[in-house]
Amino acid sequence: MQGGLDSPRLSLPDLARVASVGLRTRRVRAALSALGIAIGVAAIVAVLGLSSSSQAGLLAEIDRLGTNLLTVTNGQTVFGQTAELPLAAPGMIRRIGPVQQVQYTGSTSADAYRSPYVPVVNTNGLAVQAASLGLPRAVGTTVAQGVYLNAGTAREPVAVLGAQAASLLGIDRIYPDERVRLGGMWFYLAGILKPALLATEIDNSVLVGFPAAKRWLGFDGHPTTIYVRSGISQTAAVQSVLAATANPEAPSEVNVSQPSAALTARAEAQGALNSLFLGLGAVSLLVGAVGVANIMLIGVLERRSEIGLRRSLGATKGQIRAQFLAEAILLALLGGAAGVAAGAISTIIYAHIKHWTAVVPLGAWVGGFGAAILIGAIAGLLPAIRAARLSPTEALRTV
Amino acid sequence: MSADAVTLVSDGLSHRAGVPVLELEDARKSYGTDPPIPALRGVSFSVGAGELVAVVGPSGSGKSTLLHLMGTLERPTSGRVVITGLDVAELGDRELGAVRATRIGFVFQQFFLAEHSTILDNVADGLLYAGVPAAERRERAANALTAVGLGARLKAHPPQLSGGERQRVAIARALVGAPAIVLADEPTGNLDSTTGEQIMTLIEEMHDQGATIVVITHERAISDRCPRQIQLLDGRVVADTFS
Repeated sequence: MQGGLDSPRLSLPDLARVASVGLRTRRVRAALSALGIAIGVAAIVAVLGLSSSSQAGLLAEIDRLGTNLLTVTNGQTVFGQTAELPLAAPGMIRRIGPVQQVQYTGSTSADAYRSPYVPVVNTNGLAVQAASLGLPRAVGTTVAQGVYLNAGTAREPVAVLGAQAASLLGIDRIYPDERVRLGGMWFYLAGILKPALLATEIDNSVLVGFPAAKRWLGFDGHPTTIYVRSGISQTAAVQSVLAATANPEAPSEVNVSQPSAALTARAEAQGALNSLFLGLGAVSLLVGAVGVANIMLIGVLERRSEIGLRRSLGATKGQIRAQFLAEAILLALLGGAAGVAAGAISTIIYAHIKHWTAVVPLGAWVGGFGAAILIGAIAGLLPAIRAARLSPTEALRTV
Repeated sequence: MSADAVTLVSDGLSHRAGVPVLELEDARKSYGTDPPIPALRGVSFSVGAGELVAVVGPSGSGKSTLLHLMGTLERPTSGRVVITGLDVAELGDRELGAVRATRIGFVFQQFFLAEHSTILDNVADGLLYAGVPAAERRERAANALTAVGLGARLKAHPPQLSGGERQRVAIARALVGAPAIVLADEPTGNLDSTTGEQIMTLIEEMHDQGATIVVITHERAISDRCPRQIQLLDGRVVADTFS
């Protein structure tokens, strides 16, 4: 008769049922103690989700603007002086096979003011630049107000404002006869550009036509920045020959860069800023874990008679331990599920407002649930061991 | 595993003392170490299958300790406790769990029912640790509740029941696994005398149907209704009489 005398394992549904007894009978308490874990998981999921979504948004914007824009700027001579790009540079670059567009600007020494009464030191850091006629399309922007320069207005004292320049000058709308002072002379305003993400130097510039700049602003005609659009697959090849093409005599005095690459790097580095928020989420999780452990310990004391009864019904120490451990994990899992849901929903809402694609990375889901289960297991360990150690006779001696 | 377990089914010879299901040989139990305080000072008796025995004694006589030893909730400090031929001293925690799950039924003074579960689930939980599948647990629980007269209220919750009805549920839970022995600890202690009478009548009925029952009580009126009384005083058996 000794054979086969062993406690059968509780089946998973039975274990789930006994583990949920405490939660079902003390709902408010269970909800409150799960809340701490829910908040921590929600914070972590939301931080990961928001940073992924904003990153995805920025990368999508960069993709939309195109990664095939290259900029050529004048560098420095070996003596540390500012170098000049040759007058012929844009024309030479245009002859490179895969190049599709070449636009350029040239810095003038003029300053821009709203009126002659503004003190000359208040330049607002604005640059006055001569600009070629297809510039907005090449850098991926358009006019927000009015029109851009054309072959006619490029010869006249007419200016277009970059987005930042317009706001610094206090101009948000184009009226007829609206003028700004450039280099001591009145220029009529034709339009205002939208921000150019790939060429932010244009944002705080006042743009005039090349002929006008030469005529009224003492501009020598040398381009300072050349914007080059090439076939997407050829961008690297074009980049490698740009310096030598722009200035065959002194290729080392030319800087060539790919603005989208810098932006992409910035988007990817953005994640590093989240560590603070992740840390806060982790602290909240820790506090939640302590809360769960505390509630479970109290539960063990309160439920001594239940433990005693279960032991008298044949539960082994292991089965009591499993019951309380499973209860803590279940509690934490409920909190984790609520937290993942809350974090995902807030990510979706915020991404929707920002017109990003909502991205909740798989790691956030899995990590949220995983952290909850782990925390439940750790928090439940001590109470479960206590419950199992309780001698059945002591447990039954409660009333 | 229950080939030798006494079943609820009557064999028509209900008052016969059959094979021993519970044997105590000089069982002693003391608590503490410095100095040890003896609670049982050498108790020997055996209970045969189909018996209805009262263990009676004043408080402090060692009744609770004896219950714990008989129920394998505690091991004796010395001496032997044998349940259905199994020496408790030789069994580990898992095996003792299995012994309690399949061979011993408990009825407590405080009923110990889960208030948030139906009485059907309460009784079915009596089979939870015996490895019985869920559907069968409920079926057998329904039968056991019918046997104690609560077949019409399977879905009721304990707070909706009177004290006597709750103790009936507890008795059904103790009997649902057809254990070799049922240990009832002051089963009428929380009930008024009329209800207590009814519970004792139920216990007698269960005994008539073949159950082996040990009733632990301090009330003479209860113990006098049992065919055999074991009197306990200061941790010793002072009388073992058949009436």
